[in-house]
Amino acid sequence: MAGAGKAPVWVDLALVPLVNLAAALVVSGLVVAAVGQSPLEALEVLVTGAFGYGEAIGYTLYYTTNFIFTGLAVAVAFHAGLFNIGGEGQAYIGGLGVGLACLAFGGILPFPLMLLVAIAFGAAFGAGWAYVPGWLQAKRGSHVVITTIMFNFIAAALMTYIMVYVLIVPGQQSPESRQFDATTFLPTAKQAFAWIGVDIAASPLNLSFVVALIAAACVWVFVWHTYVGYELRVVGKSEKAAVYSGISPARHIVLAMAISGALAGLVGLNEIMGVQHRLLLNFTGGVGYVGIAVALMGRNHPFGICLAALLFGALYQGGSELAFSMPQLSKEMVVVIQGLVILFCGALEHLFRPQLERLFARPLPART
Amino acid sequence: MTATLALDSAIAPPNGGRWAIEAIGIDKWFGSVHANRDVTLRVAKGSIHGIVGENGAGKSTLMNILYGYHRADRGEIRIDGKTADIGRPADAIALGVGMVHQHFMLVENFTVLENVLLGAEGGALLADGRAKAHAELERLGRDYGLEVDPDSVIEDLPVGIQQRVEILKALYRGAETLILDEPTGVLTPQEADKLFHFLRVLRDQGKTVILITHKLREIMDVTDRVTVMRRGAVVADLATRNTSKEDLAEQMVGRKVKLGGDKAPANPGAAVLEVQDLHVADDHGKPRVRGVSFNVRAGEIVGIAGVSGNGQTELLEALGGIRPAASGHIRLKGREVETRRPGLTARVLRRMGLGHVPEDRHRMGLVHGFAAYENAVLGHQDAKRYRKGWLLDRARMVNYCGDWMKGYDVRPDNPLLEAFSFSGGNQQKLVVAREMEHTPDVLLVGQPTRGVDIGAIEFIHKRLVAMRDAGKAVLVVSVELDEIMALSDRILVMFDGRIVGEVSPETATERQLGLMMAGIAEAT
Ligand SMILES: Nc1ncnc2c1ncn2[C@@H]1O[C@H](COP(=O)(O)OP(=O)(O)O)[C@@H](O)[C@H]1O
Ligand SMILES: [Mg+2]
Repeated sequence: MAGAGKAPVWVDLALVPLVNLAAALVVSGLVVAAVGQSPLEALEVLVTGAFGYGEAIGYTLYYTTNFIFTGLAVAVAFHAGLFNIGGEGQAYIGGLGVGLACLAFGGILPFPLMLLVAIAFGAAFGAGWAYVPGWLQAKRGSHVVITTIMFNFIAAALMTYIMVYVLIVPGQQSPESRQFDATTFLPTAKQAFAWIGVDIAASPLNLSFVVALIAAACVWVFVWHTYVGYELRVVGKSEKAAVYSGISPARHIVLAMAISGALAGLVGLNEIMGVQHRLLLNFTGGVGYVGIAVALMGRNHPFGICLAALLFGALYQGGSELAFSMPQLSKEMVVVIQGLVILFCGALEHLFRPQLERLFARPLPART
Repeated sequence: MTATLALDSAIAPPNGGRWAIEAIGIDKWFGSVHANRDVTLRVAKGSIHGIVGENGAGKSTLMNILYGYHRADRGEIRIDGKTADIGRPADAIALGVGMVHQHFMLVENFTVLENVLLGAEGGALLADGRAKAHAELERLGRDYGLEVDPDSVIEDLPVGIQQRVEILKALYRGAETLILDEPTGVLTPQEADKLFHFLRVLRDQGKTVILITHKLREIMDVTDRVTVMRRGAVVADLATRNTSKEDLAEQMVGRKVKLGGDKAPANPGAAVLEVQDLHVADDHGKPRVRGVSFNVRAGEIVGIAGVSGNGQTELLEALGGIRPAASGHIRLKGREVETRRPGLTARVLRRMGLGHVPEDRHRMGLVHGFAAYENAVLGHQDAKRYRKGWLLDRARMVNYCGDWMKGYDVRPDNPLLEAFSFSGGNQQKLVVAREMEHTPDVLLVGQPTRGVDIGAIEFIHKRLVAMRDAGKAVLVVSVELDEIMALSDRILVMFDGRIVGEVSPETATERQLGLMMAGIAEAT
């Protein structure tokens, strides 16, 4: 559509998402009202549950950490024109890498070195798990959407096997590894603040949140400020232009998938090294899939992804609070609300955009 | 209308006829772009009316307003003398206005008949409309000499015939006035001649045709009147017989233009691009280049003429390292080029000193969504001069790009704008700038001026000749004979995957070249 003028940037970047979010909340409110509950009360519980007190904020940011990693993973692949649905499996296998590093080197390496090794393992395992679909797409033309979904299932099966037959503590019932050496534990926010003499509420929030923010900055630099990132974007925009200019699409597809998988793999840092301190089953809990929504809403830009991850972190934390303190709203209802947010902010992105853009379009210049 | 306009018509239509279409005082803004400024266009019934103007002059905008894609901000449209309110294409169709787009809007795997019926099925049951349409198509075919087999599938038809189907579609919907926006951009000269023949038949049967083109020869050949647009405004409205190509070119650009330029005789040196018995297949494995040998020497422009689809595209792609060769040899500056690794050779070749302005500027030459400065380094993004250590030096890239935009007259010269927002001619100048400014010794140029306006053509030609004079080797592939004749020091004619002859531009005639391109005559 040819608008009369161009709307200012803030309309695009801030107003449209906010209006979409508001619309999602209004519809959610109708749903809540439909089951006989007060929408306003629900909203209050949701917001207080997410940001109302120290522990809540800690939990929100802990969830946010995972979503930043998986959102970035989706975005990097997206810039190379790939739709990586496999964040879930890559996070799972990445967690395995982190766990193995902690099991192998815990107590041997000093913490800073341990952290670097764990990051390297998590990233490498995640990257390896995404490399194969990438290679299949590049060399054999098997679509990554299909293969990455299949790899999610394979990852689940593989992890079950490894946990049940290999890493389980002998004589134990549940398929979990032994606890890592205490020197590997990532410092929590509470510990970190205690060092500078500030007391905050206990929560699972840990150092990996900082790693996630650094990762977001690195992705920004990589995609827009290195020539390899440039080449990746060329491949994503036009394979023909890539071949014309001497950029190998196959190589960059594999590279983008590997980087994407590495980012997803770092979820293990948060979950395994930061919170669980042992390897176990199903610690990813769908964060790979949420990453798709996060990237969509964050427009595949690291900054947007951090904001969208925060929103989803808040929805997760506030949502579980909601299910807890308003039992009439079941856990499923919370999922519905999250779904509505995804629907309005992602899929129905253009619902209000044209109207808003027209409303705020700069006035036409006068005739000269 | 101001007194300075070269309007030689009074308000009444010629010979006591009527106006088919009148657009009066049309203004249209796109944001800050004033695409149509107080435009008045009157088209007499039963005439062929040409509209010329550089890219971005506002021709398509005016037509889109007539056809209901855009609404004018100001002004009035009259059809058959009556004020018309055209809000969408359906309104225009109902008023008997039809449009043929440059990019056809046909369903590729439907038959001709199905395409014609699409959207005009005339009832819920297809069979009814189908029989009627069959009869009607046959009648239209007979009346206008537009015969097409109604049952052939679109994707099997050559472009020229597909265009015929578009015209039939419009006529089937009762078009009295037919708008063709740059219809010949995709046609060979022969196909274009056929098209003009139908247009004359249509006119002689009382239909009205509005023809938009930037090719002045076509305007002179086929139109009765011509309107010249420049920067959104009408600057002249003339009877075709009272004007000339040179005159129109001057009106379009606003100054005198010289195509081809005067160039000094070539002073060729050693062969820097040598091609030996090259064979190249297309994506479907069909051999397209079948044993081609030639060379290009430093300091000369070699032109390859030919009707499109005779292997030129595949030849260029193989030379540019985009498409693997099936067999044969390519030597660049004496070094054998490994031709069988697609994707990697283009990079190697660039490092060896090859520049390549691709035929397909939209899909190859530029990256959609990239700013001009990003496009200005495509293929050289890893060069030291665009980097500060690991990082890209954006300020540097923007600087270089800004300089080139000034030097190559790319308008507007803002490196931060998205390259696709420029008009075709400016996009092409940007690509040409990029390929020339990375100091190649050999420059491949495919369709240097396709979809490019006169001012830009003149400019690009001058640059190519300057390149040659600087001792570089230039290979130009073009389907435009004028261009080949104006630029080349030697002309090779390609037909059916082979080079069928070499002629010198001094002695060659268009007729002789045309026959060679059709595979009929040999070089003399
Ligand atoms: N849909 C549109 N939105 C914004 N600008 C447009 C649009 N269509 C055309 N323009 C601008 O209007 C001017 C005239 O364009 P156009 O009518 O396509 O020119 P022409 O057909 O003569 O080449 C150009 O500057 C072009 O960029
Ligand atoms: Mg146009």
